[in-house]
Amino acid sequence: MKQASVGRDIALAVGAFALLAILPLVFPNKSLADFVVRLSAFAVFATSLNLLVGYAGMVSFGHGLFYGLGAYSFALMLQKLGLSVPLAFLLTMVFSALVALVIGAICIRLKEIYFSFLTLAFQMLLHSIIIAWTAVTGGDQGLTGGLPRPPFLGIRLDDPRHLYLFCCAIMIISLFVMWHLVRSPFGYTLRMIRDNPRRTAFLGVQVWRVRLLAFVVAGVFGAIGGALMSLFVSSAYPDFAYWTVSGEAVFMILLGGMSVFLGPTAGAAILLLLNDTVTKLTEHYSLVLGIVILLFALGLRKGLLGFLVEAWSKRGAQTSAPATASRH
Amino acid sequence: MDFQALLDCFSSASCVVTQTTGGLISGMLLFLVAAGLSLIFGTLKVVNFMHGSLYMLGAYFAYTIYNLTGSYALAVLGAALGVGLFALIFERFFMSRVYGSDVLMQLLVCYGFILILDDAVKIIWGAEFLSMGMPAAFQRPPFMLAGGIVPAFYLFLIVITLAIALALGYLITKTRMGKIVRAAAINPTMTSALGINTALVFGGVFALGGLLAGLAGALAVPVRSLVSGMGFSILIESFIVTVIGGMGSVAGALVGALLIGLVRSFGTIGFPLFTEGLMFVFMTIVLIVKPSGLFGKEL
Repeated sequence: MKQASVGRDIALAVGAFALLAILPLVFPNKSLADFVVRLSAFAVFATSLNLLVGYAGMVSFGHGLFYGLGAYSFALMLQKLGLSVPLAFLLTMVFSALVALVIGAICIRLKEIYFSFLTLAFQMLLHSIIIAWTAVTGGDQGLTGGLPRPPFLGIRLDDPRHLYLFCCAIMIISLFVMWHLVRSPFGYTLRMIRDNPRRTAFLGVQVWRVRLLAFVVAGVFGAIGGALMSLFVSSAYPDFAYWTVSGEAVFMILLGGMSVFLGPTAGAAILLLLNDTVTKLTEHYSLVLGIVILLFALGLRKGLLGFLVEAWSKRGAQTSAPATASRH
Repeated sequence: MDFQALLDCFSSASCVVTQTTGGLISGMLLFLVAAGLSLIFGTLKVVNFMHGSLYMLGAYFAYTIYNLTGSYALAVLGAALGVGLFALIFERFFMSRVYGSDVLMQLLVCYGFILILDDAVKIIWGAEFLSMGMPAAFQRPPFMLAGGIVPAFYLFLIVITLAIALALGYLITKTRMGKIVRAAAINPTMTSALGINTALVFGGVFALGGLLAGLAGALAVPVRSLVSGMGFSILIESFIVTVIGGMGSVAGALVGALLIGLVRSFGTIGFPLFTEGLMFVFMTIVLIVKPSGLFGKEL
């Protein structure tokens, strides 16, 4: 049964990639392609945060740390060290895993809101390091001079079409891996810890170890999101590590719904659309975003996709117990 | 790292005096913000993520009132009361709706408010840095202490915040009101069963926390420049202070804030690039040695 579901998921992933690959041929529109590339970065980033928030119940408010870290370490490896793209990508993942291991080991000692704030505080530490360490990071100007993107395996990332396909592929592979993680025993352990950490500990699970592993995994995928974004803008800016990035990711999760795997991706798409629309109309994007956030936080709690899925499953399974539908 | 500069500073009395007073005033301002944050957390068990924005509002209110009336005393008073009232409204109409739900919703409501207030400040007061300058009453020659310069306003600030710290400690530990607040913090259901309006207590504590943040903002105006988003760094710092001192403890907030203020002030000489990092190293050590903070009770 497991085999069949893996085969089905691979078919779905390939199908999704094919759809995304055809999209620019059907709608040859540059802003659409750019939108998908930006979405790829945010979808991976928001989904990685949802591993912590939705599945493990660890509300990190400093996940942007890894977004900024991924963007800067990937960009610096390309620009200053002249590494090839795959090697820089791999080293970015290793480096962010190490950073996540150290910061995670400190942060997971704390519960709930303390955890949220401590992660946020570490993110602001990275931000202030980026601002202060001008010699390497370019300070508040960000990295200037663009990123060299040497071709590899016939992939030339300087070509926007290649970049588009590359970002789509990375997004789908990342989502695929995370999807299988949340359905693995590890994923179920995370949910068990979220729902009852004490009972999980009694069952012989080392709770802190699983939490730390979740933090590291989320950090690595968060860094991939940042690396994709730095590839797209061909630079890295201190804003990538600013706290609002974390806030936006948390809101993406809420928008799309944290109880559905693709909820954060949907939320990322909605927030990017909102961003593009509002910034065209007014310079007061924060004001509008703040009001939208309040409406959602005080109103639609389970997100749009969560709301739709719940409505659908209620309609489909009238007889089954409704209480189990709320959190999977 | 510049250990030589740090050593040079420690060997000259004037440098020590200047850096210490500088550290003390940032520490005392930080204390006012952190004490409110800590008080709100201790009683309501929520972290007011927009506490920094209240500080910012206090600063802008004071700036405007001072420019209108020319009286700094009036500006401080008006800013503190205005922000206290704002905090009360925020608590009653928004924050109190998410007490029951998880941390995520509380963070989001505050996040929404930070964004709205930052933009509102930009719309009303503009996006540029503003500065008010020293009020006329404090434009007098600074005191000299062992060769170091201590401006009159610094002395005023240290004295007034110390007085507030003492009053706050007295209010919480010695008065009937403080007893009610502590009772509501430990067991709100039981407290309300005994005939005490806990919603009023919670609102009052939130307003008091807001008042302290507004007061800090108003007192900071003569020595800091104003800009939209200025509250965020003080929010992070006061969070670090409460982690070091222990959430819910006023004494802890005072000690933590002074430590951070001094570490920052001397850190800028010895480790100009790593001043922020120094606070984190400090916090991490406390977390490992005593996770509940220096003055905190078991979490």
